[in-house]
Amino acid sequence: MTLDLLTTHYNYYAVVLLLGIGLYTVIESRNLVKKVIGMNVFQTGIFLFFITLAYRAGGNPPVVTEGAGPYVSPLPHVLILTAIVVGVSLTAVALALVVRVYSEYGTLDEHTLEELYHD
Amino acid sequence: MIDHLIVLLVVLPILGAAVPPLASLRYDRVGWAVATATALGHAALAGALAWTVWTDGVVRYAVGGFVAPYGIELVADGLTILLVALISAVSLGVLAYARHAGPHENSFYSQFLLLVAGLSGMTVTGDVFNLYVFLEITGLAAYGLVASGPGARSAVAALKYLIIGTIGASLYLLGVGYALAATGTLNMADLSDKLAAAGYDSTLVLTAFGLIVAGLLVKVALFPIHTWQPDAYADSPDSVSAFISALVSTVSAYALARVLFSVFTVDFLEAVPIARQALVAVACVSIVAGSALAVAQSDVQRMLAYSSVSQFGLVIAGFAIATPLAVVGATVHLVGHAVMKGGLFAATGIIERKTGATTVGGYAGIAGRAPAATGAFTLLALAMVGVPPAVGFMGKWYIVLGAVNAGSWPVVAVLLASTLLTLAYFARLAERLYFAKATIAPEAVAADGGERVSTAMIVTVVVAAVLAVGLAAAVPVIDQLIDMTVFELMLQ
Repeated sequence: MTLDLLTTHYNYYAVVLLLGIGLYTVIESRNLVKKVIGMNVFQTGIFLFFITLAYRAGGNPPVVTEGAGPYVSPLPHVLILTAIVVGVSLTAVALALVVRVYSEYGTLDEHTLEELYHD
Repeated sequence: MIDHLIVLLVVLPILGAAVPPLASLRYDRVGWAVATATALGHAALAGALAWTVWTDGVVRYAVGGFVAPYGIELVADGLTILLVALISAVSLGVLAYARHAGPHENSFYSQFLLLVAGLSGMTVTGDVFNLYVFLEITGLAAYGLVASGPGARSAVAALKYLIIGTIGASLYLLGVGYALAATGTLNMADLSDKLAAAGYDSTLVLTAFGLIVAGLLVKVALFPIHTWQPDAYADSPDSVSAFISALVSTVSAYALARVLFSVFTVDFLEAVPIARQALVAVACVSIVAGSALAVAQSDVQRMLAYSSVSQFGLVIAGFAIATPLAVVGATVHLVGHAVMKGGLFAATGIIERKTGATTVGGYAGIAGRAPAATGAFTLLALAMVGVPPAVGFMGKWYIVLGAVNAGSWPVVAVLLASTLLTLAYFARLAERLYFAKATIAPEAVAADGGERVSTAMIVTVVVAAVLAVGLAAAVPVIDQLIDMTVFELMLQ
């Protein structure tokens, strides 16, 4: 049973791993670009979660034809297409802000920025 | 046309947002005019929708003709029209303020309209994934607005806001995934039935609740996940602080109420008492910690930001108690806080322009130099403390009554203590303004030239102050609106 869970649910382990790595990088990294990368990894974990959710053994694409069932629900894929678009826009805005911070302060290090503020 | 009112509330500002960038090809400063025309149109639509809901009851609209639960449904009920009216009113107020205070770029007004679209979408949607999309539209527009300040400090604040806000929205999305796994649906009304069928003790349902609530609380900015908020409010231009402090957290708190009462329903809160206790506990910690941090601030705008952390704790505590009285109180405080906090931020902007004062120390003895703004500031501050008959008092009063009825004595104690703490940081300012010796010499500002302040800016702040008192009379209307909302609340 345990072995069965281990071998059949590896996608979910990947999800947990991606979420963990992403969140850790966002919190722990001092570099602003790496924080943005961590944010992307975190979101990728969620994308994988939705896609894994939609998997159905022996399922067919949802194009209704005689005797072709069972069908896979297309909904999670569509949701993730939207979420990917959202993720790309967020990354674009984040990088634009990073460029502006760097051109002004010449650093991307969070601690150095803090020190600059206190001077 | 009349059938499509609800979707036009979102479509109109998005179309309006496309105009300023196109107009930039030929004209420099048409953004304000476009935004004002769009906001007036939005207000007219909001009024018409409010009238329809008020006379005919709840409005349901299937986007693109795909019927619920398969398509996206938009729903307008009592609470929706209240929030839509608030969004319209605050946008018009902020536009009147920004006419002179700026920013003046076309791109600013484009983002402003996108934010109006995102907030309206969050308010009218009846679909949890659609709510995520509008949450991110609101977020993206808000990050851009915060970054529209002159210095690079605003870019740092916006980046911090973006990273924490995205994590919050992603947690919400993950929660939606769990709810989808448990039920196979995304429609709010359909979810409430199917979640009950899946069983409230199911791990999937419990995880979905935890993640969705945690994600929305990041957006509401409760302690300890409020860290994006003080920088975002204090380092952005005054028009932006007034706008986002009044609306962004407010609409997120509304979304949380929607999730609590229309998706999970009160049956869930009763079946899983720990969920409710946790929410009450987080809210209470936020009330105390937010007030304590506000007292410790020397910058007035940061103090106001931490005050929001505390006030939203109150609102969430009201929703978590979930009796009709407490929910009415939380709604009154939600709307009242939006008007008061927006007005307070707008007033700090005027005071800074007229006197150069930005810190608690600097506010000493400057009442005579900006009498209208400081008068409105003091009135709004007292309303926020909860001096009767202001709206701040009515909201807190109903929340306390609800807590007493529900027997949540710790909440009652925290609420009363928080009022004292609120008094501590606002009374200190009011006392400085009127009774202390000035620390900033008048000629210090005159030498800078002292930026001019338009009449419209002062009128906006004064109107906010009048509303902070006048809205108290609207409490029976809000009570009636909650009755018209698709909420299932606790029995008293």
